Amino acid sequence: MTKRASDVSASPPRRRSKYTLAPLVLITANVVLFSLFFVWPAVIGLVYSFTNYTGVGAFQFVGLDNYQNLFGDSVFYDALARTLLYAVLVVPLNFVLSLLIANLVVSKQAKGASVARVIFFVPWLISPIVVGVLWRWLFGENFGLINYVIEKLGGSAIAWQSNADLSLGVVVMAGAWWGTAFSMLLFIAAIKNVPTSYYEAASLDGAGPWRQFISITLPSIAPTSFIVILLNTINAMKEYPLFLALNNGGPGTSNNLLVQYIYQTGFKTGQIGYASAASFVLMLILMAVAIIQLIANRRMENR
Amino acid sequence: MTTTDTPPKVDVDSVRALSKRRPRSGGLRRAVPPTTLLWVLAALYGLPVLWFVLSSFKPAGDLFSLPLTVLPHDPTLSGYTAAWDSANFSQYFINTTIVCVITTILTVGISCCTGYALAKYDNKWLKVFFLCILATTMLPSEVMLAPEFLVVRNLGLYNSFAGIILPAVLTATGCFMFRQFFLTVPDELIEAARIDGARELSIFLRIMVPISRPIMLTLAILSFQWRWNDYIWPLLMLNDPEKFTVQIGIQSLVGAQNINWSVLLGGSVISMIPLILVFLVFQRYVMNADINAGLKD
Repeated sequence: MTKRASDVSASPPRRRSKYTLAPLVLITANVVLFSLFFVWPAVIGLVYSFTNYTGVGAFQFVGLDNYQNLFGDSVFYDALARTLLYAVLVVPLNFVLSLLIANLVVSKQAKGASVARVIFFVPWLISPIVVGVLWRWLFGENFGLINYVIEKLGGSAIAWQSNADLSLGVVVMAGAWWGTAFSMLLFIAAIKNVPTSYYEAASLDGAGPWRQFISITLPSIAPTSFIVILLNTINAMKEYPLFLALNNGGPGTSNNLLVQYIYQTGFKTGQIGYASAASFVLMLILMAVAIIQLIANRRMENR
Repeated sequence: MTTTDTPPKVDVDSVRALSKRRPRSGGLRRAVPPTTLLWVLAALYGLPVLWFVLSSFKPAGDLFSLPLTVLPHDPTLSGYTAAWDSANFSQYFINTTIVCVITTILTVGISCCTGYALAKYDNKWLKVFFLCILATTMLPSEVMLAPEFLVVRNLGLYNSFAGIILPAVLTATGCFMFRQFFLTVPDELIEAARIDGARELSIFLRIMVPISRPIMLTLAILSFQWRWNDYIWPLLMLNDPEKFTVQIGIQSLVGAQNINWSVLLGGSVISMIPLILVFLVFQRYVMNADINAGLKD
């Protein structure tokens, strides 16, 4: 399908560039929105990141002070490290689960796939806040179902809330659980687009299901895998409501992620300039992630 | 899309079983491992929700009484009614619905226009604008909270629904989906209309908008879901409790010193209902949608 699309767009050698008014009218609304809510904040954010602005009144330019302070700020480092750790854990987990489930759902051997697909979809419909509430309810130390079952089975209650790492683990599970549906949807579409003749040929050659998956499915859906990883990484890096509802960035401040840090410095303590500097560091990280993945993707495709 | 799942399944299976070199009726036996795995996973995904929903029917006193029971002894709606009355939930619901519906309509309409322009016209500045739109995914509003807040405040939109709606209308995903869709529409269709003397914008309105209906529905559902679940931006923008959205209401219950779980469970389940209804009604638009059309390649 995509192939056809590119053919169509490429076929007329000279495209009519004589039309300027119509496309201009069509994109006006988005151009206005883009300038107002994207360019303008980005520009003033960049400017403020070099000032000591507090949101009201006058401000002075302080050069690179904000950035220097940021790199000396252990709270910022902790938030950054925690965010990266969260992304490193949740993205692969989400990837493996959604790819596995997509394959099962598409597979003709698994029975009841259309019903199961709806079940997998339900978590995605729940808001991050409610997902946090739900997992908090499930993993409550004194009242949660999980600890109750563990105790019934003879184990001792696990400190899901008061141990920082376990608490992060619960958020990782919740995040992967929530995000599976969307990645699964992309994978299902991609897997269905792989020509069945490949599989038929492979099975004539005696390739088993695992071999077929590794040699046919995985390479064929590489562009989708790339998108899934990219989108999930960006989403993980900016996660906030899930943590807020699940453990409020705790215990203590141990699971404060970057967006929470930006929110708190910007809105709780009013250091707009400082928060803007933190925002730009986060933006640079997101861009770096995107560029690295883009390069990796090109390499894979050229190979 | 030729593989409609349900009806041909049996045929395909039997045909496969015949054509395979392994002739023994492995159909059933081979179906067992994947089916088991599928349903174990489905249980893992479904049980948290099931437990949550079942718990919400328990009376407040029974929530923590050991031993925990799966089914509520005497199911009650007290948590629901308490949530609906106490936390001003009905107002939050109305607010969220207004915001979601307006944003969704705007997003779909504007994305459709932009996507069409990006797909069917060829100009340098259109390509540049396309890159600009893609860049917005790199710099989500969560990242620029403070400056974006100042901009919206300076526009005089603080504490108004417009302050939540307008910044959310532009989405890269939406423009992308429409662009990819219109790329698949043959140019000849436009050329023919031009020869018949149709003006550019009426080609768009009369021909292109109607044929893009499936994409519109898919994006509408996605957009509705995004906006219904939004939390941080409405929280920053609104300070009048009369204007709060559902998510803020729920988070204020979680943030309380002593969480009233009965009310929280009821409120949370209520907040899930609209999206689940929308999803069940329009399921096929999400499930079969070429969402990949927007994101792949």
